Amino acid sequence: MSLLKVTNLTKKFGKFTALDGVNLELDKGEVLGFIGPNGAGKSTTIRVLLGILKSTGGEVKVFNKDAWQDAVDIHKRVAYVPGDVNLWPNLTGGEVIDLFIKLNGTVNKAKREELIGKFDLDPSKKCRAYSKGNRQKVALVAAFSSDADLFILDEPTSGLDPLMEKVFQECVMDVKRQGKSVLLSSHILSEVEKLCDRVSIIRQGKIIESGTLSELRHLTRTQMLVDTMRPITGLNEMQGIHKIEESKQGVTFQVDTMQIDEVIKHISQFGITRLESAPPTLEDLFMRHYEGAKDTGGVR
Amino acid sequence: MEGNHFAKTAYLSKFILRLDRMRISIWVLSLTFFTLIVPSAFKEMYSSQQERDAMAQTMANPAMTAMTGPADLSNYTLGVMTAHQMLLMTAAVAGLMSILLVARHTRADEEDGRLELLRSLPVGRLSYLNAALLVVTAACVGLALLNGIGLYSLGIESMDLEGSLLYGAALGATGLFFAGVTAVFAQLSESSRGAIGYSIAVLLISYLFRAITDVSSDALSWISPLGWVTKAEVYDDNNWWPIVLMIAASIVLYAAANYLNAIRDLGRGFLASKPGKKHASPFLQSPIGLALRLQKTGIISWAIGMYVLGASYGSVLGDLESFFSQNEMLKQLLQQEEGITMVEQFLPMLMIVISLLATIPPLMAMNKLRGEEKKERIVHLLSRSVSRTELLGAYFIISVMNGFVMISLAALGLWSAGTAVVEGGLSFAMIFGAALSYFPAMLVMIGLAVFLIGFLPKFTGFIWMYVLYSFIVLYLGGLFQFSDWIGRISPFGHVPQAPIEEFSIIPLLLLCLVAGVLAAAGFIGFNKRDIEH
Repeated sequence: MSLLKVTNLTKKFGKFTALDGVNLELDKGEVLGFIGPNGAGKSTTIRVLLGILKSTGGEVKVFNKDAWQDAVDIHKRVAYVPGDVNLWPNLTGGEVIDLFIKLNGTVNKAKREELIGKFDLDPSKKCRAYSKGNRQKVALVAAFSSDADLFILDEPTSGLDPLMEKVFQECVMDVKRQGKSVLLSSHILSEVEKLCDRVSIIRQGKIIESGTLSELRHLTRTQMLVDTMRPITGLNEMQGIHKIEESKQGVTFQVDTMQIDEVIKHISQFGITRLESAPPTLEDLFMRHYEGAKDTGGVR
Repeated sequence: MEGNHFAKTAYLSKFILRLDRMRISIWVLSLTFFTLIVPSAFKEMYSSQQERDAMAQTMANPAMTAMTGPADLSNYTLGVMTAHQMLLMTAAVAGLMSILLVARHTRADEEDGRLELLRSLPVGRLSYLNAALLVVTAACVGLALLNGIGLYSLGIESMDLEGSLLYGAALGATGLFFAGVTAVFAQLSESSRGAIGYSIAVLLISYLFRAITDVSSDALSWISPLGWVTKAEVYDDNNWWPIVLMIAASIVLYAAANYLNAIRDLGRGFLASKPGKKHASPFLQSPIGLALRLQKTGIISWAIGMYVLGASYGSVLGDLESFFSQNEMLKQLLQQEEGITMVEQFLPMLMIVISLLATIPPLMAMNKLRGEEKKERIVHLLSRSVSRTELLGAYFIISVMNGFVMISLAALGLWSAGTAVVEGGLSFAMIFGAALSYFPAMLVMIGLAVFLIGFLPKFTGFIWMYVLYSFIVLYLGGLFQFSDWIGRISPFGHVPQAPIEEFSIIPLLLLCLVAGVLAAAGFIGFNKRDIEH
C-alpha cells in the first residue's frame, strides 16, 4: 500500500499554473527522488503535501488521509526539512531543536545528542550567527531525531559540505533500514542516484519521467574523454555516440548509457592511455528529453 | 602609510549619503518641523506674559522638572518656554536618530557581510566607519543649522539669533555625542542589535539620571550628557560651554571608535557574546510559549512605557485647575459640565489617548504572526502537529492579554501618580473603570487584525491607518468640531465617556460582539487560505 499518493494535482496562483496534473507515489520503506530544476514545482508540491498550500484540483493522500483536511494528524508521523531554513535569530540552535522535536511528539534525547555530534553543530549559538549550512543542520537534527514514518526533505544538502553530505546520506540510509519512507527533492542527479530507489522528474509543473534509475537509463548519457596511442577510427559510424570533438588531451564525446559496452570495446583496440568519464547531469537528461522541444515559459 | 587607512572615505560617504538620502531627510525635516510648530502654537495659546506665568506655575513641580529639566521659571518667555518643554525631548530623539543611522552603517553592514565585500576592495581599514560618521556628522550639522535658522526666522521677540543657533547646536551636538557612543558600541558588541541596545541604554540612563539629579542635586546632573542640554539655558543665559563639552566628548568617542576598529578583526567584538542555552526550557516547547518568548522584550518595554505614560499624565492632574483656566485651546477640547471636577472632566480625553496607545502593543503582537509567516518560520510549526487554529489562537490570546495588561498598567500608573498630587486622592475604581471601558474597543481592533490576517494577509498594515484615524478623529475631533458620525467610524467613538457621560453597558457589549465576529471570521479565513510569503 502506498504511503503517499498524489493524483492529478494541480495548483494555480491566480492565473498562473504552478502544478499541472502531478502524479506521485511513495511506498513504505522506499526512498523517492523528486528531481527537477529550480522553479519546476518541487517545493510547491511539497507544500501541498504538508497542507501549507491548498490544492486547486486533484487528490493528495498521505497515510491514506487527506493532506489538507487531516494535516495535523498526518504531521504527527512526518518530519520535514525545508530547502530554505529560516530560524528565529534570538533563539539558540539547541532551543530550536528541542522545540521542533517536542512539536513532533516524540522525544529521544540520546538520538538528539548523537546527531548534534555527528553533524558537528554547536547548539549553544544563536541562530542569527549560523550559516545556511548550520541552519540546515538544525532542521536535519530535529527531523532525524524524531520518530516519523515519512521524511520529506526539500533540497536538504544545498548548504552542506561534502563531509556533512555524507553524514546526511548515512542518516537517510539509516531510516530506510528502519522501514521508513523518504521523499528527497533535489536538483542534483548524482545525489539522488546514491540514495533513491525510484525517481520522479518534474519540469514546469509536470512530471515528465518516473521510474527506477535503471529504467531511466535510456535517457542518460555519459561524457567521456579518451586518449589513445593510435588515432581512433570509426567512432562516427557507431550507434549512440554524440558530440564528438577533438582536443589536445584527446577525443571527447557523449555516449548513450545503453551503448557504453560497445563503445569501450571499440576504442580499446587503439591502446587507451587516458580514460575519463563524467556522470550524466540533470541538464543532459533534460536536454535529451527535450531534444528539439521548445521551452514554454518559466514556472515556479 | 597612515593615510591608507582612510582611502576612499570621501567616496564611501557619498555612497552612504546616496543610500540614506531619504532616511536622513525624513529624520532631519520632521525633527525641524516639530521644533518649529511648537513656538508658533505657544504664541497662539499663551499670548500674554500672565498666561505664560500661570503655565510656569504648573511646571514648578518635581514631576515636571524630572520630565523636561529645570528652567528659569521667573523669566518664562516664549523662548524659555519652548526650550524648557521641547529641547530635551527633541535632543533625545536626535540622539536616537544618530544611534540608528550609525548602527546601520557600522555593525549592521558588518554583520550582514556587506562590509567584508567593501573591505576586499581598495578602501582603507577605517574608511567605512569614518564615512558613516562623516555622513551622520553632516546630518547633525544640517539639523543644527536648519533648527537654529528656522527658529530665528519665526520672528518671535524672545527668540533671538544667538539663542536660536544655540537651540539648534544643542540638538546637533546631542546627535554627534550619540553617534560617537554608537560608533564605540559598534566596535564592542558583536551584533547590531547589541550595538543599538547598549546605545539606547546609554540614552535612557542619561535621561533617567538627569531626571533624578535635576530634582535632587542639580550639580550631579552635569554627569549626564542630556543634563548638558538643559544646562545650555537656551534663550535665557545662552551658555555655550555645554555644547563645547559635548563636541569635545564626541571627538573623544570618534577617536576611541577608530582606535578600537583598528585593533580588532572584522566580524569580532570586544564583548564576546556568551554561549546561549543548549536546551529549550519546557516553557518554550509550545506554540504559545514560542510566541511569548519571541515578543518578551517588546512586551516588557511596552509595559514599562505604558506605566510611565500613565504616571506622567497622573503627575500633572494636581495642577489641572490652574492649567485649564489659562489654556484656551484645551478648554475648547473639553466639554464643560457642571458638578464635575476638572480631573473627572479631563479623564475621558486622557483615556482616549492612553487606550489608543495601549492598542499598539496588542496589534503588534497579533501582526507578529503575519511577520513570522512572511519570514517562512511558521512553516516549521505547521509542518509539525500544530493546527492553524492552535497557532492563530496562541497569538490571539497573547494579543488580548497584552491589551488588558497594557491598559491596566497605564491606569495603575495614572492612579498611583495622580492620587499623590490631587487633593483628597483619586478613586482607583473610577480610574480603572474608565480605562477598562475602552477594552472592548481594543478588542474590535484586535478582531479586525485577526480578520485581516485570515482573509487579506497582504493588507495587515491597514490596521495602523485605522488606529491613526481613530487618534486624529477622537483626540482632535473636539477641536475641529467634527460631526459625530466621523468619530463613530472608530470603535473608540462608541465608548461612553465615563464619568462625564452616563455609563451604559450596551455599546460595550455590542463592541465585544463585533470583535468576536471579526475574530471568528479571521480564524475561518486562516484555516482556508494558503500560507504565503
